[in-house]
Amino acid sequence: MAAQGATASRSGLKSALPLLLPAYLWLTVAIFLPLSAMVFFSFMTELPLSGKPWAFTFGNYAAFFSQSLYLTLLWASLRLGLEVTLWCIVIGYPAAYVLAKVLKGRSREAIFLLVILPFWSNGLVRIFSWAMVLREGGILDTALNAVLPFKINIDLMYSYPAVIIGLVHSYVPYMVLTCYLTLQAIDDSLIEAGRSLGASRLQMLKRVIIPLSMPGLVAGAVLIFVPVVGSFMEPRILGGRTGTFYGTVIEDQFVAVFNWPLGAALSFILLAVVLVILALAAPMLRRAA
Amino acid sequence: MAGVQVSNVSRSFGAHKALDDVSIDFADGGFYALLGPSGSGKTTLLRQIAGFDFPDSGRIAIGGEGVERVPVEKRRIGMVFQNYALFPNMSVADNVAFGLSVRGEAKAVIASEVQRALDLVQLGKLGGRRPHQLSGGQRQRVALARAIVTKPRVLLLDEPLGALDKALRVDMQIELKRIQREIGITTIFVTHDQEEALTMSDRIGILRDGRLVQEGPPEEIYDRPKSEFAATFLGDANILRGDTTGTGIRLADGTAIAAEAGATLAAGAKASCAVRPERIRIAADAGSPDQANGNVLRGQVSKRIFAGNNSTYFVERDGQTLKVIVQNTGIDRLAEGQQVVLRWSPESTVLIAAS
Repeated sequence: MAAQGATASRSGLKSALPLLLPAYLWLTVAIFLPLSAMVFFSFMTELPLSGKPWAFTFGNYAAFFSQSLYLTLLWASLRLGLEVTLWCIVIGYPAAYVLAKVLKGRSREAIFLLVILPFWSNGLVRIFSWAMVLREGGILDTALNAVLPFKINIDLMYSYPAVIIGLVHSYVPYMVLTCYLTLQAIDDSLIEAGRSLGASRLQMLKRVIIPLSMPGLVAGAVLIFVPVVGSFMEPRILGGRTGTFYGTVIEDQFVAVFNWPLGAALSFILLAVVLVILALAAPMLRRAA
Repeated sequence: MAGVQVSNVSRSFGAHKALDDVSIDFADGGFYALLGPSGSGKTTLLRQIAGFDFPDSGRIAIGGEGVERVPVEKRRIGMVFQNYALFPNMSVADNVAFGLSVRGEAKAVIASEVQRALDLVQLGKLGGRRPHQLSGGQRQRVALARAIVTKPRVLLLDEPLGALDKALRVDMQIELKRIQREIGITTIFVTHDQEEALTMSDRIGILRDGRLVQEGPPEEIYDRPKSEFAATFLGDANILRGDTTGTGIRLADGTAIAAEAGATLAAGAKASCAVRPERIRIAADAGSPDQANGNVLRGQVSKRIFAGNNSTYFVERDGQTLKVIVQNTGIDRLAEGQQVVLRWSPESTVLIAAS
């Protein structure tokens, strides 16, 4: 029986090969090769293509540990990732709940469109429009001063909150979408059953709805946390001098300092740290999913 | 435990009148079936009693206390859903415990009550399982245990046996009836299955287009339906239409049909007579006159369906097909195409005013 099963799955693999091949070929060419090149670069003293003499070294990795700056920045980026993820949950989950369980028909479609809209606009345009809103004399400042009887100064530009606002705006749709999918799968009769048993809305949320939508929350959190930790565009444009994070330092190595080997090494350290965090969280995530 | 009074309840969704001035009295401890085709308003009525939805007008009282504006979580009812609606993230025991634990009962009390409820539905050993590890019938029992463990005033069941296969459904009918008797709870049961309604309930309410068509014990509705709809929806009935003579009807061809059951109508109006297929005797010839079975019609067998313990004959007569069910006694088998005489008694004939 077992042998038969094995042959069956092997022949299944054989027939699936033509379907799998294009995707894996593409992944090999587009991701694996450049990534391997980067691994290679990260152990170089100089970029081999620059014409300068180069040699193998662990110095790029050692640099991370020898200077507390990198560790501080990595810590700040992890904190940023955590904070943005939390805000995305706080903002995205209720929105997903309303979309999945309260709105029906046309109004749901309309609100859905508003949620997805950021996806359809260019990231850079999004960030610069936030700059217009947040800066002194910007849209928010002008609007508030037009309404309020006293003068206030709203200048969020080049601050930590501005970075948070920009990142949350960029990533909250992921949370809405993943939570929407799991919330929608929860049968309405479960909620009615809970109510018929005397549960308050809060009790239902805590004991049935949140546990059942955990897979969506976890998927959304992973989708948001990982890129936010390495983000550089929002911190640079909206954060200004306060917006120095691990991601912006990596970017500097590539576009400003042209120290690709160090940039590559810093990237792989980040990758390793994120993988370790996900591995540590895996048992908990698996239980939730 | 308590009775339920529904008085003049109406509920519209847009232009659609889902419930139209429905009044029905569910006595304490009774087992009621709300029967009707889909869209008849039976589920809407159940949801009004449960408190998931409020009536536009009218009163609903549970145990004499007006509850028509009380939300479901404050009504102290137990409800079993068609798809069971068990919480998939909890064990069987936690599902059953849910109603007690949201109320803040002590852990020890919860544990013993849950065990008692699971024993009652004969699932005492499966408390640790997850809902997805149970069969349909077992899930149904868990849903029932969860609904009754909180000692609700009324038990409401929304087509609870609809998703089960035939054999299991009959088992669950008996089981449900036993449990209901044991705890003596007022039970209201929504179904579109007439057999289920007949076998299980003390009283049946038939709904159609948001109105209560007829309400009473199963025997009464079956033997004395007040409308053609009630006659044909609950069981099978042959409907003969004509003009009333006061004591029956006269068919288009002049044949008189005597009716001793049903409405009293003034002569001359349009009316119909309903007779159940199993009340009709069928024979190849007229034989000697039969005083007890005074209604006589002649026709031709167009089709015979043999079902083991009985046979159904379809008899053509004056453009109408009449249905006759005959117990299989081993004699009197009639062939298709044969001329036959149908006889039945006036007591088995129900006079119904034209609707």
